[in-house]
Amino acid sequence: MGVFLLRRAILAVLVCLTVLVISFALTRVAGDPALAVAGPQATAADLASIRTAYGLDRPLPAQFLDWVVAAAHGDLGRSYLFREPVANLVAARLPVTLTLGLVGLSFAIVIAVPLGMLAALNEGRPLDRIVTGFALLGQALPSFWLALILIILFGLRWQLLPIAGVEDWTGYVLPGLVLSFSAIPALMRLTRSGMIEAMGSDYIRTARAGGLSRLSIVCKHAARNAAMPVVAIAAVQLGFMLGGSIVIEAVFNLPGVGFLAWESISKNDFPVVQAVVLILALIYIGLTLGADLLNAVLDPRLRAQ
Amino acid sequence: MTRHIATGIGLFIIGFTLLVALIGPSLVPHDPFTQDLMQRLQPPAWLGGSGEHLFGTDQLGRDYLARLVYGARISLLIGACAALTSGVIGITLGVLGGFFGGRVDDVVMFVITCRLSIPLILVALAIVSAVGSSLTIVVLTLGLLLWDRFAVVARTTTMQVRNLDYVAAAQAAGASLWHVLAREVVPNIAHHLVVVATLEVALAILLESVLSFLGLGVPAPLPSWGLMIAEGKDYMFFEPWVIMVPGLALFVLVLGINLVGDGLRDLFGTRSRG
Repeated sequence: MGVFLLRRAILAVLVCLTVLVISFALTRVAGDPALAVAGPQATAADLASIRTAYGLDRPLPAQFLDWVVAAAHGDLGRSYLFREPVANLVAARLPVTLTLGLVGLSFAIVIAVPLGMLAALNEGRPLDRIVTGFALLGQALPSFWLALILIILFGLRWQLLPIAGVEDWTGYVLPGLVLSFSAIPALMRLTRSGMIEAMGSDYIRTARAGGLSRLSIVCKHAARNAAMPVVAIAAVQLGFMLGGSIVIEAVFNLPGVGFLAWESISKNDFPVVQAVVLILALIYIGLTLGADLLNAVLDPRLRAQ
Repeated sequence: MTRHIATGIGLFIIGFTLLVALIGPSLVPHDPFTQDLMQRLQPPAWLGGSGEHLFGTDQLGRDYLARLVYGARISLLIGACAALTSGVIGITLGVLGGFFGGRVDDVVMFVITCRLSIPLILVALAIVSAVGSSLTIVVLTLGLLLWDRFAVVARTTTMQVRNLDYVAAAQAAGASLWHVLAREVVPNIAHHLVVVATLEVALAILLESVLSFLGLGVPAPLPSWGLMIAEGKDYMFFEPWVIMVPGLALFVLVLGINLVGDGLRDLFGTRSRG
């Protein structure tokens, strides 16, 4: 178990470093950041002084190291636009995005897992087909379109839920629902196939032969084994959701990290973009590491690696 | 039986969209770029509009049907090219990693993990914003980012195939590495890759629409469906059809492609754990 963890941890660190390089390179691809700060009217003198102030006249590797060292201390630079430390900007908005992600994941699990189990228990019959069809439809639905439709419905027709901002918890319902749709098809399929496989296995047959009731079998044995891949993919889906929240936040006007990133990208606010890419990647890496850990705990066979 | 019907529907949808994309622009009497501000936001014919603009006009008076039809071209083009690019990258990586194993495979797995760790849409937006938006850039960006599923499937299937007799026979007969990979391995994993390719086309189309919706995809005035939805967003409370029509088009096309992909998956018997 210890070796497994160590290997995974080292891998995670290496991935982090690579992502650092990628997000740094990303913002340098745009050319001269000094122009972004100064604007198109800047004189050469302005640009020069900006470069010195932001350390942009130093060689690239030096800039990169500066940034990494600063980031390790929690200093993610200063936003060009807001003139505030990036860390503050992100910290203010991260709770919204995390809440959104968790709400989305909760909706997804609550909807997908029972549906998947229902489909598995009715394998081949009409109910199974309907549920699988629903998953197929969900996969094809563009999230921003669904969001707009819900906004029209709930904002105009039935004025039940807020369609922008997050004054209270109700503001997370519609965005969370839309976000969950991106994960429901995969989660549902996985639950279904996991259950089908588990239900067909030997130990289930033994349990049935031993006289255990179907409900008990489903809940205790089959579900537990089907849970494993679902746990792994749930963590991955959460990671994707956090990255994909950018669209939802833009449509619903939620003050989250995704919205910040979109604004910053449109306005060439590089320090913010760099930092957000890094943070989201770190969260994803952390989630997958956590999922691996959880899986190792749930399935003793994995620990032997 | 249902599977056959579903796949058939999918094929019909794709075929129809292809047809529309190819000959549509010549059939529709209007040009998708001509603005006519006196005719802004005319409703479609079935909602009381004149027959002159069958699907109405957008906020700049451009014929909606013409834009829709042209948009089909853009979606299919981007979907196919992006899938092709990402396919080349992903399959190469996957086959190399799966075939050689050991250190090479470690590197390939590492690269895949790194790619999966970066937030996809964010990075795509940043690239397009940095380099400037154009059709080519969008295709390249998507192609450079969407290869992970190709790589994973190619790697797994290559590993399964690598140990089979005909590969060993070819190697024993002195075949070059290139021959073994190109003639023995790839043709035998091709059916898995075709399934992935279909699904990646759908994903590329969806992602392009997201990028365009956020303003950092296909540049205006090109009528990408995502861009049309973004442009129509401001008017959607009064004229909901402005976002319903391109959104529906996107939904149906992606659905059709997914249906065909699932059908292929069943046909080749490659059902796996999703």
